[in-house]
Amino acid sequence: MSVAVGSKPSQSEDLRNLTLSGHVGFDSLPDQLVNKSTTQGFCFNILCVGETGIGKSTLMDTLFNTKFEGDPASHNEPGVRLKAQSYELQESNVRLKLTTVDTVGFGDQINKEDSYKPIVEYIDAQFEAYLQEELKIKRSLFNYHDSRIHACLYFIAPTGHSLKSLDLVTMKKLDSKVNIIPIIAKADTIAKNELHKFKSKIMSELVSNGVQIYQFPTDEETVAEINATMSVHLPFAVVGSTEEVKIGNKMAKARQYPWGVVQVENENHCDFVKLREMLIRVNMEDLREQTHSRHYELYRRCKLEEMGFKDTDPDCKPFSLQETYEAKRNEFLGELQKKEEEMRQMFVMRVKEKETELKEAEKELHEKFDRLKKTHQDEKKKLEDKKKEIEDEVGAFSKKKAAVQLLQAQQASSQSTKKDKDKKKFLPFLKHPKTWRPLLTL
Amino acid sequence: MIERPDSSSASIARNLEGYVGFANLPNQVYRKSVKRGFEFTLMVVGESGLGKSTLINSLFLTELYSKDYPGPSQRIKKTVQVEQSKVLIKEGGVQLTLTIVDTPGFGDAVDNSNCWQPVINYIDSKCEDFLNAESRVNRRMMPDNRVHCCLYFIAPSGHGLKPLDIEFMKRLHDKVNVIPLIAKADTLTPEECQQFKKQIMKEIQEHKIKIYEFPDSEDDEDSKVIRKIKEKMPLAVVGSNVVIEVNGKKVRGRQYPWGVAEVENGEHCDFTVLRNMLIRTHMQDLKDVTNNVHYENYRSRKLAAVTCNGVDATKTKGQLTKSPLAQMEEERREHVTKMKKMETEMEQVFEMKVKEKKQKLKDSEAELERRHEQMKKNLEAQYKELEEKRKQYEEEKVSWEAQQRILEQQKLDASKTMEKNKKKGKIF
Repeated sequence: MSVAVGSKPSQSEDLRNLTLSGHVGFDSLPDQLVNKSTTQGFCFNILCVGETGIGKSTLMDTLFNTKFEGDPASHNEPGVRLKAQSYELQESNVRLKLTTVDTVGFGDQINKEDSYKPIVEYIDAQFEAYLQEELKIKRSLFNYHDSRIHACLYFIAPTGHSLKSLDLVTMKKLDSKVNIIPIIAKADTIAKNELHKFKSKIMSELVSNGVQIYQFPTDEETVAEINATMSVHLPFAVVGSTEEVKIGNKMAKARQYPWGVVQVENENHCDFVKLREMLIRVNMEDLREQTHSRHYELYRRCKLEEMGFKDTDPDCKPFSLQETYEAKRNEFLGELQKKEEEMRQMFVMRVKEKETELKEAEKELHEKFDRLKKTHQDEKKKLEDKKKEIEDEVGAFSKKKAAVQLLQAQQASSQSTKKDKDKKKFLPFLKHPKTWRPLLTL
Repeated sequence: MIERPDSSSASIARNLEGYVGFANLPNQVYRKSVKRGFEFTLMVVGESGLGKSTLINSLFLTELYSKDYPGPSQRIKKTVQVEQSKVLIKEGGVQLTLTIVDTPGFGDAVDNSNCWQPVINYIDSKCEDFLNAESRVNRRMMPDNRVHCCLYFIAPSGHGLKPLDIEFMKRLHDKVNVIPLIAKADTLTPEECQQFKKQIMKEIQEHKIKIYEFPDSEDDEDSKVIRKIKEKMPLAVVGSNVVIEVNGKKVRGRQYPWGVAEVENGEHCDFTVLRNMLIRTHMQDLKDVTNNVHYENYRSRKLAAVTCNGVDATKTKGQLTKSPLAQMEEERREHVTKMKKMETEMEQVFEMKVKEKKQKLKDSEAELERRHEQMKKNLEAQYKELEEKRKQYEEEKVSWEAQQRILEQQKLDASKTMEKNKKKGKIF
C-alpha cells in the first residue's frame, strides 16, 4: 500500500471564521495560562545604575516595602562591580523572585571611561547564559531561572541643570541591551519650578543623543491611556524613604525636614507613586517581554552571526538548522584532520633530515677508518721490509761468521800442533761463556 | 566566565510591609495573552465512520465539517492522507486559531501496514518547522503549528483493542499527547462500557503505551476531579450534529425509537468530561507537554544525530547537556590535547631513535678506534722488537768484529812473533 503525506491540504488553507452556537469554554484559556504562571512563580530582575549615595538601595526598599540586604558602599572602590542579590517575595498568592543588581562604585573613580564596561559585561553574561541553555541539546527552558535584566533604573543626580557626560555615555551603551527607565533621584532637593525645566532638558538631551529609553506600551486599550499620561512625566523624580513620619493620624513614609515633611507617596511631592505604578503594577510583564523579544533577540542575532550562522545560503534558500550544523561540523572535522596531517608531514620531514645527517656521519666515520687502515697497512709493510732487511743482514752476518769460524777452525787445527801454547790462550777464550753467546743467539 | 546570581543559594525570603503591587502580575499576563490570541492543533485519528467529524462539531459547537467542507470519512482516499483545516473562533474576547488535522483513509485499506507513517511524518514535519523557525538567526513570532493533542478513536467492539490500535498508539505515544476515546459509545450498555474500558486500560498498560496523563493539582478539589476523570479513561463519547427537544430543553442528541441519547448528559456518555478536560481545563497543559516534552525529545534527537554523526547513542549520553557548538568547542580542545600528546610522543620516539643511532655510531667508532689502537700497539711492539733485534745484532756484530779484530791482531802478533821466533829459531 503506498503511503503519501498530503503536503497541501485539499481543503482551503484560508482561515475560516466560524461562529459558535453555544458556549464551548475556551475562553478559560487565559486563566489556564495564568494559573500555570502563578504556580510556577514569577521572576523579575532590576538593575540599578547610579553614583554611590544617590539612593539606590533606599529606593528599592521603598518600592518593595521591605528591607533588602546590604551595607552602604564607600567611595573608595577601585572600579565598578556589580552585586546581585535574590529575594523571594509574596503578595496575596503571587510569588515573585526578585533579583536586585547594584552597581557598586559607579561614578567614584577619577577616570570613568571604563565605568560602563562591567555593567555591559554583566548584562551580556546573563544573555549568554540563556543562549547557552537554549542551544543545548538537552535543555530545560521551562524551569530555567531567568537572570536577564528586565529593567534598568538609571539614577540621575539632581543637579538641576542637565545630564552628566558619564550618564549619556553609559545610557548610550546600555540602551540596546536593556530597558532603561531614567529617574531623577533625591528629587526633594529640586524646587518645583526647576524640576520642570530639568525634566525637559533631560528628555531633549536624551533625544538629541539618540538614547532609546523604555517606552511604556500604548497598543493595548486597557493600559494605553494610563501609560500615555504617565509618559508625560518622564523622567520620574523620586524620593525614597524607609522611615515613617506621623502625618495627620497616619504613619506614612516620609523625610522630615525643618521646613516640612516630604511624603513619598504624595503625588504632589514626588513621582514615586507613578514609578511604582508603571514599573510594577502596569508594565512589569511588558518589561519582561521586551527583554526577551527585543534585547535578547538582538544579542542572540549578533552572537550567531559572529559565529558564522546565516539564515540563507548564497542562493537565498533557507538553511535548515541541521544543514547548518552539519556543514559546520564537516568544516570543523576537516580542519582537525588538516592539522593532524600537517603535524605528521612535519615529522616525516624531520625524520628524513635526521636520517641523511646520520648517514653522512656514518660515511665520514667509515672513510676515516679506511684511511687509518691504509696508513696502518703502509706501516706494516714498512715494518715487514725492515724486518726482512734485518734478517738478511743477520743472515749474511751469520754466514760470514760461520765462514770465518770455519777458517779459524782450519787455521786453529793447523796451528794446534805448533801452538799448544797458543791453545792455552785460545781455549780459555773458546771456553769462556761470553764468546758463546753471540753464536747461540744466531 | 559567566556569572549569574546563583539561583540555588542565597535567595532570601522577605516579608512585605505594605502594598507593592506585583500581585497584579497575573492580570498583566492575562491581558497580554488575550491580545496575542491562542492557537491549538488537534488531530483526530480513526477508521471511517466512527463519528470523528460529528464529535469535532459537537465539541466546538460549530459546523467545522459541513457539506461544503466534508469530514474525513466522506473524502475516501486510496492512500492515507493527512489534511488540516484551520478555523478561527472567538469567545468571550478570546481568539482561538484551531487547526484540526484529520487522516482520511486511515485503517480503511485491506493492508494497513505503515498507515501510521504519514501521521508520524506529519507530526515530525511540524516539529521540524518549529525547530527551524526557532533556530533562525532572525526570529520572528513563531507560529506554533505543532500537534498538541491526538484523539484516537477506538471502535466500540466491546472486546478489546485491535492490533492496529495498539500498533498506532505505541508508535505515537512519545511524539504526541494521545487521548484514546471509545467512539459511538451509545452502542454499549453501561456495564459493557465499563468492561470494555477495563479491558482497554489493561491492554494499554500491558503494551506500555503512554497516553496523556493529567497532571496532579495542588488543589484538593481539582485532585478529586482529576482522579474521577482518570477512573473513566478511556472516555466513551457520543457526538451529534442534531439538536433535539427533550422535556422542553434543546439538547444535542441522537434520536432512537427507544429514547434520546444526549451528548451532554454525563450519565449517557463522557462527552462533557472530554470537553471540560480538553478545552476548559487542560488545553494549556496539553500545549505545555507538547512543548516541554515531545518537542524537546524531537529536538534533542535531531541535534544529537547532527553532532554525533550517528555515533552510538549510549556513548554520547554525557555530551547531550551541551549545545552542538559547545560540543564542537570541547571536541576541538580535546583534539588539541590529543595532538599535543601525539606530538610529544612522536618527538620522544624520534629522539630515542636518534639517540640509538648516535649511540650505535659512537660504539662502532669506539670499536674501530680500539682496534686501530690495538693494531698500532701491535705494530709498535713489533717495531720495538725489531729495534731490539737490530741493536743486539749491531752489538753482536760490533763485538764480534772487535773480537775478530783482536783475533786478527793476535794472529798478526802471533805470526809476527812466529816470524820473530822463526828468525830466532824458536819453533814449538
